[in-house]
Amino acid sequence: MSRLWRASPLTYGALIAAGVLSIFPIYWMFVVASRSSDVMGQLPPPMTPGGNLGANISRLFANTDAYFLTGLINSAIVATTVTISVVFFSSLAGFAFAKLRFRGSNALLMLIVATMMIPTQLGIIPLYMLMTKLNLNDRLPAVILPALVTGFGVFMMRQYAGQAVSTELIEAARVDGCGTARIYWNVVLPALRPAAAVLGLLTFMTTWNDFLWPYAVLNDPENPTVQLSLRALSDGYYQDMSQVFTGTAIATLPLLLVFVLFGRQIIGGIMEGAVKS
Amino acid sequence: MALQLDARGPTTPTPGRPRPSQAGRLSRIDAKYSPYLYIAPFFVIFVIFGAWPLAYTFWVSLHDWDLLGSDPAFIGADNYTQLLADSDFWHSVVNTLGIFLISTVPQLLLALWLANLLNRQLRFRTGWRMAVLVPNVTSTAAVAIVFGVLFGREFGMINWMLDLVGVDGIEWKSNRLASWVAISAMVDWRWTGYNALIFLAAMQAIPRDLYEAAAIDGANRARQFWSVTVPLLKPTIIFCVIISTIGGLQLFTEPRLFHSGTNAIRGGPMRESQTMTMYMFENAFAPYYNFGYGSAVAWLLFALIAIVAAINVLIIRRLGSSARPPEGKRKGGSR
Repeated sequence: MSRLWRASPLTYGALIAAGVLSIFPIYWMFVVASRSSDVMGQLPPPMTPGGNLGANISRLFANTDAYFLTGLINSAIVATTVTISVVFFSSLAGFAFAKLRFRGSNALLMLIVATMMIPTQLGIIPLYMLMTKLNLNDRLPAVILPALVTGFGVFMMRQYAGQAVSTELIEAARVDGCGTARIYWNVVLPALRPAAAVLGLLTFMTTWNDFLWPYAVLNDPENPTVQLSLRALSDGYYQDMSQVFTGTAIATLPLLLVFVLFGRQIIGGIMEGAVKS
Repeated sequence: MALQLDARGPTTPTPGRPRPSQAGRLSRIDAKYSPYLYIAPFFVIFVIFGAWPLAYTFWVSLHDWDLLGSDPAFIGADNYTQLLADSDFWHSVVNTLGIFLISTVPQLLLALWLANLLNRQLRFRTGWRMAVLVPNVTSTAAVAIVFGVLFGREFGMINWMLDLVGVDGIEWKSNRLASWVAISAMVDWRWTGYNALIFLAAMQAIPRDLYEAAAIDGANRARQFWSVTVPLLKPTIIFCVIISTIGGLQLFTEPRLFHSGTNAIRGGPMRESQTMTMYMFENAFAPYYNFGYGSAVAWLLFALIAIVAAINVLIIRRLGSSARPPEGKRKGGSR
């Protein structure tokens, strides 16, 4: 009796419907990306890939409004830098909160949890003014700097460190004369690797997707992130939809690759986080 | 939603232990102060780029502040009084709340249902979970553009399918309610599966013997779902509602890229789906650069988020007040 309910054919039917709804827009994006530009006027709409992907890609990269290649490179730089930073600072702070005793640690942790509820995106006007003052407008550091830490990351690493890092091992390292920094590097960080990987993947995807703040601060059309390139394509005076969709497909592809390779870990991370938080 | 703040390892360093060597003193200093060093980066960066800008937004909102901002004039609440009389602003408030309602309610109900489906003996368990989560990992901007085409007036697939069943094409972009529905569809497409996985995780934590007891009492499955599952999920539902409120009321990318062209920041020719964040953006950045006015929009949105989140929590508390969450499911780590 302590088993889960059996899945009926109806369950599978409903799940298949949900799965089709989930995947179809992505599939169709690749269909249009592989067809010629008259695809938009066709009814019924074509449902199978065509043979124009290569031509669309070369037209896309030659498009002088979108700076698509620059956008891809910029997004890769921003997302990679932010990911490394978030994982590093989160694991460091998570280790301190989980394994080191210091005054005010509980209150400070609560403060960090509270920051997750703050809609910081509403502060972009002073942030813009700050970046103007620092002379960083239109430059990538303006996008990178505010994203270097997240409360979510610290909290997640703290939860994981609490259970995954052996206190005995830390004590042993301490007896051997290791300072906390070496303990972090040699004992804690290796033990945190699984959670660090999930946090890294989630951070990379969020940063890659970020739109509002880059849109506000990167006004130079020649130096966009890939999402801003998509915006330029979509707002263009003359819309060549197969080219636009080629852009959206390429911008989505890295995320899909990450998801196909690490989907199990990402799902595990989301679900574990849900139970623990 | 138990924040186990007191879950700490059994043994912790004892800085008071007498150890007369120089190395011992250094290690005591290390043990005592290094934790602050390790958590400092978060606080320093968050204060500079997160907390301070948000707080300073309020200061800016009290000024007539433009791009140059060399000597902005203090004008008190003028920006706010002007906003409260600004019909475009109120239009964006109604749009934001409308899209929020149309998207969040079905989204959470669907997510509950989907989680209930996934919480069974299934073949290809991971496959189903990945299928419902994949919308969440796609690029928001890309999806908004794709949905903008799917909901096109002339050649959009949605109108084509409606036409097949004899329904006239709908003006998804220039009819206000229709544009809310289209944008909500986009939001729900992205977030239903994600919320379903969160609910699923919470469902799996419910002890099976509660269902056995309910079954013995004669409760059928539907009854078990509503009287056992849903009440026990309440902390998780509150969590999802709050997160959806914070995110949903700040909606920007989806409505912005659902529209295209030079005036897309207005959310359609007659501001059909301009959200409050879009209105803030329109005023604060190119071409107007009216920082003061935009900041006032930001603070009113901030207030709205707080109010709606509080109302939501009250409603959900009341709805399920007959059932109590289990012991140990404390919220917010109150000690």
